[in-house]
Order: sequence, then C-alpha cells, then structure tokens
Amino acid sequence: MLLMQDMTKSFLGIRVLHSVSLDLAPGEVHAVVGENGAGKSTLMKLLSGEHSPDSGRIEIDGTPRVFGHPAQAQAAGVGIIHQELALLPDRTVAENVFLGREPTRRGLVDRAAMARRTAELLAELNASEIAPDTPVRELSVALQQTVEVAKALAADVRILIMDEPTAALAEHEVTALFDLVRRLTARGLGILYVSHRMREIFELSQRITVLKDGRRVTCVRTADTDVDQIVRAMVGRELSAYYPPRADPGALGEPVLTVAGGGNDRLSDIDLTVRAGEVLGVAGLQGSGRSALARAIFGADPFTRGTMTVAGRAVRPRRPREAIRAGIALVGEDRKAEGLTLRQSVRDNTLLVTRAVGVGERGAGEETVTRLLDRVRLTSRSTGREVRFLSGGNQQKVVIAKWLAARPRVLLFDEPTRGVDVGAKAAIHTLVRELAAEGLAVLLISSELPELIGMSDRVLVLSDGRPAGELPAGPSEEEIMRGATATGADRAGAA
Amino acid sequence: MAAASEPAPLPAVRPPVPDRWRRRLADPTVGIWLAALGVTLLGWIVVTVRGGEFLTQPNITGILQNCVALGLIALGQTMVILTGSLDLSVAYLASLGTLVAAETMAGSDGNMVPAVLAVLALCLGVGLANGLVVTRLKVNAFIATLGVGLILRGWIEDNYTGPAGEVSRSFQRLGYDRIGPVPVSVFLLVAVALALWFVLRRTRLGHHMYATGGDEHAARLSGVRTERTVLIAHVLCALCVGIAALFLAARFGAGSPWAGTEARYDLESIAAVVLGGTILAGGRGGVLGTLGGVTVLAVLDSVFNQLAIDPFFKNVLRGVVIIAAVAVYARGRRRAGRTG
Repeated sequence: MLLMQDMTKSFLGIRVLHSVSLDLAPGEVHAVVGENGAGKSTLMKLLSGEHSPDSGRIEIDGTPRVFGHPAQAQAAGVGIIHQELALLPDRTVAENVFLGREPTRRGLVDRAAMARRTAELLAELNASEIAPDTPVRELSVALQQTVEVAKALAADVRILIMDEPTAALAEHEVTALFDLVRRLTARGLGILYVSHRMREIFELSQRITVLKDGRRVTCVRTADTDVDQIVRAMVGRELSAYYPPRADPGALGEPVLTVAGGGNDRLSDIDLTVRAGEVLGVAGLQGSGRSALARAIFGADPFTRGTMTVAGRAVRPRRPREAIRAGIALVGEDRKAEGLTLRQSVRDNTLLVTRAVGVGERGAGEETVTRLLDRVRLTSRSTGREVRFLSGGNQQKVVIAKWLAARPRVLLFDEPTRGVDVGAKAAIHTLVRELAAEGLAVLLISSELPELIGMSDRVLVLSDGRPAGELPAGPSEEEIMRGATATGADRAGAA
Repeated sequence: MAAASEPAPLPAVRPPVPDRWRRRLADPTVGIWLAALGVTLLGWIVVTVRGGEFLTQPNITGILQNCVALGLIALGQTMVILTGSLDLSVAYLASLGTLVAAETMAGSDGNMVPAVLAVLALCLGVGLANGLVVTRLKVNAFIATLGVGLILRGWIEDNYTGPAGEVSRSFQRLGYDRIGPVPVSVFLLVAVALALWFVLRRTRLGHHMYATGGDEHAARLSGVRTERTVLIAHVLCALCVGIAALFLAARFGAGSPWAGTEARYDLESIAAVVLGGTILAGGRGGVLGTLGGVTVLAVLDSVFNQLAIDPFFKNVLRGVVIIAAVAVYARGRRRAGRTG
C-alpha cells in the first residue's frame, strides 16, 4: 500500500538521508530501527508531510504523492503519533479526537455525535474507561496515547507511524499498547514502528528495516533474523575501536563528587561517588529520573534530602548559581533552550557563565575565548558569528567551552551528542574523555546505550527515581535494560 | 491477535462527583461571577453603612449602561486572545467608528441603515488589515495592531479636532431607552455575547480558535487552517468594536475623536478579558468569563464613585484586583496541571 523510493534529504548542507527506500503492506507492522541520528525520524517526517524530500518518490496505493503540509499527508491516509504527543491539554478527549474534522449537523458542530463516535472509537480500542468529555490533561501519558490513536482512526488513517511509542510508558501500559497495535493491524492498517527496543520489535513486527548514518543497511523478515544480527547492522562497527580508551582504574584520583541519600520529589536513595578522572554513566528509561538527577546535582530542581560534597567540601546548591560557584557544570539535554542564547555571538555565549557568575576565567578578552574554543576544537573560526548559524556539533562545543570557562570540578552531561553528526559525535566523545583525564569528575547521561557503554567507567542504572544497580565498565545492553526495567511494574503513569 | 495478553485494568478516568464540583468552582468563569456577586454585596454594604443607597434604579441602570461599550469591545478582544492573538487598535477604531456613524447619519433618521453599514464596513476592513498583517506578514500581533491603531489615530487627528456629525433622534434611543431598569443596549450586549458563545461552542470555527490558541503547531498538524482562523478572529473582534462604536455614538449624539481612547478601551478590554479567566496566551477561557470581568469592573467603578474615592487610589485598587484575580487563576491552573 505504501512505497517510498530513493528518499534523500539534507539539512543545512548535511545529508541526513541517502536514497532510502521503504515499503509497507496492509496489516503489517514494519519496524524501523537505527541509532539516534541514523535518519529514522527524518524519513518518517518526509512521509508525514512535515518535511519535503530533496528527491525520491512516495506512492500510496500506486498513486504518486507529494506532501507539502501535514494536512495533505493526512488526507492521503498517513497519520503520525509523535513521541511528544500533539494534543490540546485543555480541550476534552472528544474535541481532540475530532480536531480539524468536527462532525457537523446543519453547519453546526454536533457535540452529541462527536461524543458518541469518540466513545465508539475508544471502545474499539478497548479503552472505554476514557470519558469523551474529560479534559486531556487529566489523563495519564498512556491514555493520552490512546487518544492519539483514536484521533488517527477518526481521520481514517490507513498508514500509521508510531515514533518511539513506548518511551514514556510503564511496563503494563506497554502490554496494553501492543494489544492496541494488534487491533489496528487486524483492521488492515499498516504500521511503521520506530523504536530502539529490540524486544518490542521482535514481538510486534513482520519486517525490520535498519538505518545507519542515513542509509538503509538492510531490510529483513523478522522471522529470519535475531537480535544480534540487527544490533550488529545498527552499530556496524566494533565499539571499542570507536570510543576513546577508558580510564586506567589505578590512575583515578580522589572522589570529587559524592551524593549520599539524595532525594527530592522525583528521586530517592541516591548514593553515588565520582572520582577525578572518572566517567560515571547514568542509564535508565525515559522518566526514570536521569535528567532529574543531573538537575538535582546542579541545583535546578535541588535535592531536598541527603548530603552532597564537591572536592571534599559539603555543598547544598539550591539554585544553579550556587552549584556553579561550587564547581558544578551541566551540559543540558536541550542545548538550544538551556545551553545557548541563540541570537548572541559565539564569543558572548562562551563568556556567558563567567560574566554572569564571576567565577573561573578572569580575562574576557579575545585570547581567552580563542583558547577555550581551541580547547574544544571548534572548527568555525569567527567568534562574532551568531550561535544559531552553527551546526549542532559546533553548538555543543560552544556549550562545553562556556562551562570550561568557569573551571568546574564536576561536569554533568545530559545527552551530549543528541542531534549532532557522526564526526562531531566522535570529537565530543574524545573531548569528554580528555576532560576526565585532566582530573574532572564526569557524569554522563545518555539514552543511546552504545554511547553509554563505550564511554563509561561505571554505569549507574536508575529506575523510577531510584538506583537499580551499578555495573562495571563495559556492561551489555541486556544488563542495563534488565536494571532499567526492574521495577517497571510499580511505575504506573499516575504522575 | 490471539497472542495478545489482556491489558491491565486501568482506573476509571471520570473524576468522582465531589471533584467535579470542586473543579467547577475552580473554573474562572464561575469564580468571576461569584466575585461579581461578592463585589456587589460588599459595595452595597459599604455604601449603605456610609449612609448612601447602592441598589437604586438609576444606579443599577448606570452600572449596566457602563458595561455595554467595554463589554462589546472586550467580547471582541476575547475572540482574538483565545486564538492566541491580540488587538491594540480597538480604541482608535471605536473613535473612528463613532465619527463615521455620526457623519453618515448627519442627523437624519433615513440615513441610519447606511450609517450602520458604513461603520461595519470600516470595521471589516480594519479587522482584515489586522488579521492579514498578523498572518501574512508574520508581524507579532502586539506590533501589528499597535501599528494599525497608530495609522487610525493619525487619520483621526489629521481630520478632526472635536466632535463631528450628528446622530439621529431615533438612533439615540439605542443609548437611552430602557425596559424597567435595564437599558436596551444591554440586550444588544447579551445578544452579541450569546452569538459569540454559540460560535465558540457549536461551530468548527470556534473549536479551531481554541485549538489555534492552545497549540498552533498541534492544530496545524491536525489539519486546522490556523491562519484563516486567526484572520476571522480579528474580523469578529473589529465587528464587535463597530457595534460598540454605534452604541457610543448613540450615547454622545455625535461622533467623538476621543470616544475610544479616553476610556482606554484597548487596555481596559484586555484587563476585562484576563479578569474573566481567559489566558493571554490563548486557548482557554470564553465570553461568559469576560462578561463577568466587565461586570466586576463596572460595579467597582460605581462603588468607587459613590464613595467619592480619590481617582488615584481607585486605579490602585483596580490594579490590585486584576493582579490578584490572575494570580488566583494561575494557582488553580498549577493545581490542575499536577493532577494530570
């Protein structure tokens, strides 16, 4: 029913898709896998009309289609459920399900019909417990996702893209979602299922397409392959050759960062030590408290219980300013929103923290800036350029330079390579390791397991805001996932 | 299909009855009408204690009368704010509207219909201009409508130095007739409010306005034509201002270059809208709340006048009331957010 042929797409001169092809049959679940940055999301956005391809063709039921707007893709029967749900929290379930296609009677919105048909759709999805007149904000994430599916059905979608649908779900909710997916395929919908999670893919899909660095590596029938083969195709290289060597355990210094019994409303029982020269990896599913941990140490959402020391001194940062003074730096998850002032120059961004807090580098001159940028090997030469014109990798380097200016003792990295290209990624990995070798304590959060495994001297696994185990250097993905899903059943989506 | 395990039972989602009641009381629309009632009672008590009379027929008529012009403009403002936009040109448009009405009528009853049509045509044009600058030129609504307002102001100041034109006798009845203590113009206000309430609740346009104001990206992804929705909201707002201008002209008996600006209808209307629980970012609120907000402001004015309160202190109190109300709503919203 769907054929995508030789899809190519570039952003800002960087080619993110190299003539990728994909097809889908009615009633089929076709999994699309690949590391972050492999091009999965871009490929899906070409199909859903959010981006236009540079070249390539899309055929639906044999008819060639060109999508310039999501509404056109929808009219052709393509729906997408994003990881971040696109619902209006203040409107009711029924109003959301029929948004843009409200049933009318004599020109007026037929609220009764809308509620009735919403209830029917929800019943078909085995979710009759959702009342159509409930405001969406009162539903758990899992139920909101069900509402999104109902919305797709109301739009007569025949091809449904699900982008990491289980990322924010608890274990029992995942089971319910699988049931939902099977109901959809039984109705003849074709589903493109984008996910990192091997277990789900092998349970649900009939075929698997593996993308790597913007190219299709393979497309196989699920029955003819196994997890190892797929993972090898995704990674496509030996891990140890790709990441810089780990620290020599004998060469580690004194503990620089310690947390004992740390907790707040998202976290509890956090005990950790990071020594000078060490990279402590932090793993966990989305919502497990990984970012909350970094934000707590950084004083953004501070610990309310427990104690913390930096270089032997007890500290209790209640806001980022205090944490920075104590020698803590956070390279945040969302560099555009939290790390940079996009319309200011590279120079101003590099000096942002020192100017604001008055710690670290004294000289605010061009030499200081140049030295810091050399340190992070920024390839763009002009310090007067507005940061928003830099590539993702270079932007991340500016964020790191900004923090190095404050001469921190502890560096917290939250998803440091999200959305940067492969070359810049390797450069950032090398840089992280070098900074550790200079005596900094590094905490590295990443949802990309190969990165976490390749970079960390130890891995702390979080689940439901609590430590669920600590693994020595070089754990397997399986070991990490086992810890991360350990108490999954308790993690009901009520919050 | 057969292999699917049974999904775990999920808790019922409809909140229990006491919660529904609490939610209803936390609804700003209910809150602002309770506040209007409270302010009226309080005013009545204070004025009576001070030896005055509050709930007299002329006073009630006065309060209602004062609601009409601000009410009509605030209703229009509600539509644009709900859609995620804003209109700062309303005050100048109201002034120009009275002038066009009075000059077209020129004292003759026979010109009433052309005058009404002329005012509505003017407002249609200005509303389209506002909407097109916001949606096509992508100018921020604050700047776009401020700019259009300044152009109108320039035109008015260049062509008028004082009252102009004359409103016909029959048309002035719109400003002065009443049925019992209720001015006829109040029925006009209620009719417009009901019409807009109907639009918001029962038409696709209304649903799309809430969606566009709530999350423009999500609305667009759902196939809503968000630009057209914003454009129509601006036109509806301008038409409401036109109706207000006709009422003001009927009151004054002539066109006045200061009809809209003297009463600061631009900022007052925004104040009334947020007082009524519509959030400035859009997507949440409604016309019934706005009417409540207008009522509270009118009752407060009346009480202050009866007590002969210093105008400076009066404005301080109004400021405090508006800030306090919005702070209370923000608190309620945070609570609601947590239960989700």
